[in-house]
Amino acid sequence: MVQESFLSADEGRYRGIFAWIFSTDHKRIGLMYLAAILSFFAVGVTLGVLMRINLIDPGRFISEKTYNSLFTVHGVIMIFLFIIPGIPASLGNFFLPILLGAKDVAFSRINLLSWWLYMTGGIIVVLSVFLPGGAPDTGWTFYAPYSIRTGSNVSLALFGVFLLGFSSILTGLNFVTTIHRLRAPGMTWFRMPLFAWSLYATAWTQVLATPILGITLLLLILERTFGIGFFDPTKGGDPILFEHLFWIYSHPAVYIMILPAMGVVTEIFPVFSKRTVFGYKAIAFSSLAIAFFGYLVWGHHMFTSGMSDTSRIIFSLITFLVAVPSGVKVFNWIATLYKGSIEVDAPLLYSLAFIFLFSIGGLTGLINGTLSLNLYIHGTYFIVGHFHYTMFGGTGFGFFAGLHYWFPKMFGKMYSERTAKLAWVIMFVGFNILYFTMFILGLQGMPRRYFQYLPQFRTNHIISTVGSWIFVTGLIIMFGNLIVSLFKGKKASPNPWGGKTLEWQIASPPPRENFGTIAVIDHGPYKYD
Amino acid sequence: MSIQEAAAVVRERDYVGAKMGMWVFLFTELLLFGGMFLLYSVYRSKYPAAFHKAAADLNIYLGTGNTVILLTSSLTMALSIAALKKAETKRSCLMQFVTISLGLVFLVNKYIEWSAHIHHGIYPDSAVILAMSRGEIIFFSLYYVMTGIHGLHVIVGAGAIAVTLLFTARGKITSGDFVKLENAGLYWHFVDIIWIYLFPLFYLIT
Repeated sequence: MVQESFLSADEGRYRGIFAWIFSTDHKRIGLMYLAAILSFFAVGVTLGVLMRINLIDPGRFISEKTYNSLFTVHGVIMIFLFIIPGIPASLGNFFLPILLGAKDVAFSRINLLSWWLYMTGGIIVVLSVFLPGGAPDTGWTFYAPYSIRTGSNVSLALFGVFLLGFSSILTGLNFVTTIHRLRAPGMTWFRMPLFAWSLYATAWTQVLATPILGITLLLLILERTFGIGFFDPTKGGDPILFEHLFWIYSHPAVYIMILPAMGVVTEIFPVFSKRTVFGYKAIAFSSLAIAFFGYLVWGHHMFTSGMSDTSRIIFSLITFLVAVPSGVKVFNWIATLYKGSIEVDAPLLYSLAFIFLFSIGGLTGLINGTLSLNLYIHGTYFIVGHFHYTMFGGTGFGFFAGLHYWFPKMFGKMYSERTAKLAWVIMFVGFNILYFTMFILGLQGMPRRYFQYLPQFRTNHIISTVGSWIFVTGLIIMFGNLIVSLFKGKKASPNPWGGKTLEWQIASPPPRENFGTIAVIDHGPYKYD
Repeated sequence: MSIQEAAAVVRERDYVGAKMGMWVFLFTELLLFGGMFLLYSVYRSKYPAAFHKAAADLNIYLGTGNTVILLTSSLTMALSIAALKKAETKRSCLMQFVTISLGLVFLVNKYIEWSAHIHHGIYPDSAVILAMSRGEIIFFSLYYVMTGIHGLHVIVGAGAIAVTLLFTARGKITSGDFVKLENAGLYWHFVDIIWIYLFPLFYLIT
């Protein structure tokens, strides 16, 4: 029985665009998320490039106040609208049910609700930039007491982020229930693809950490509206408590960002080396371990904020422990490639870039976590370099790897392999020029978020800015290639890479109902022999 | 039966899945309040004397009354589920109605309490409160924020039960498919439990 693809078969009573924005089909919701997330990403990149342009010659192109708003809105958009929902809401929504052999997520209407909340939150954040009062200028961390005092549209942006958090919680709740309840017959926990494991760990973190952000931001709104004084020292409050509450969410959020990307590359390595993944259980449990340890390290963002030495030593120690499960994953990926018959296609290249860039990001994270060194580099460009290597070099490249890996499945079209590789080279070079320079700037003592700098930093700032231009060129080529292929790409076969997981056993693009009949699963997900 | 319908039926009838989703959601609610309980514990250990002094201003009779009201409403909620399981739709509807009414009485009491304080000039950022000690300022802010957000949850819970009441009356929630009512009940018990903690923390610490 040939079923119509989900792209053309409308469900229910809606037609045209309404058949998308009111669709409860996880695949359509996934694609809507993808379109929205990438649009916000484009805005975020533009703001980032504007910041880099200012730093060539501060004050010539952009005023101080605008610069403060630029790094704030760049951060808010990239964190809350791009990286956190990025992989789970788009690729996760699309592929999790298919990888499990299910027809949809557990709560498909809540899934649609979470997309609407995401869009509403996103639009509110964008509105806060343009409404009178001025764009938020607090930095994405909204630290009190400045965030209480500033006259810019902080409350509106906070409310937008609150809604985004709600959306993220609903996605997490949906995924947890889906993985528990909707696995195909015979798919035991250890026969699940590892992307599902990483989404499982992510989903729990989303569920258990995000409410803390929700209440923190809500309290900040109340603080600004009614003057309740929780974070205001003149009324007996304590601004450090805001930092604690903020990072109790925002550090686990780092793992919400990176874990799904780790899951994506774990799917890719076995397929492009035609080998069973090395150490399945180690990878699965390391995801849970990362999610668990991720809760207990928030204090390392506050080493210089005022904390007892005992707490600082404990936070530092646990921070080092996070490196263990991360290292386990890296070694397992490399071991998977060992003696494989490797095909160097675009998804693999992006995944290799992930390992390289994420390793640099992870290792510099250990430097940040060392108490003595942290005192020196805290609040410098070293930190900026570090988190761009993990978040963008890690999650960003993991996301792009996933996009190239699953593009033929999602749209039924192939992209130009040559152009994808060209974009990869340019991005890889540009990325390292852009962000590695920041490590050097940081060690030289350049503080982050500063509008102006001393003359000795100028050369490195110019190098970094040139890197941003190269990087953006690569991004444009990569997305251009994918967009052109949407319309002009050659038709993709159901299984262009020779994958063994369930999504490759159905048509490209998948039919409306995913599977006609579900076979009973009687083996693990990566059966190459 | 088409595949689509079969899938729909499987989804609708996943009792365990629906309950699991609700429990996970309640975890998130618990953590939302957890952030505020964390603030409470930090500030109470910082200003123990001021908290004791300020708590004396709260009306313990209204607080106790509200505790009794909310506990009773949890009982009627449980009774409505028990009635529905025995297919006694009418009694279930009546019990749900009583639950909503008790929730509304709770809110009216809360309104009386709040307006008495506001009448005396005790509310965040007022001249009266800014003249008090720092610990008292924080105590009353915590009082307003925590009982206020709890009150919002009472409103949401009563709204949810109003929906299940409508569904029960129309035969969409039946003795064979009552997970929506059970989930609304879980939510209501959660709201009740939060109050059980708020009551001693604000009224009984003098």
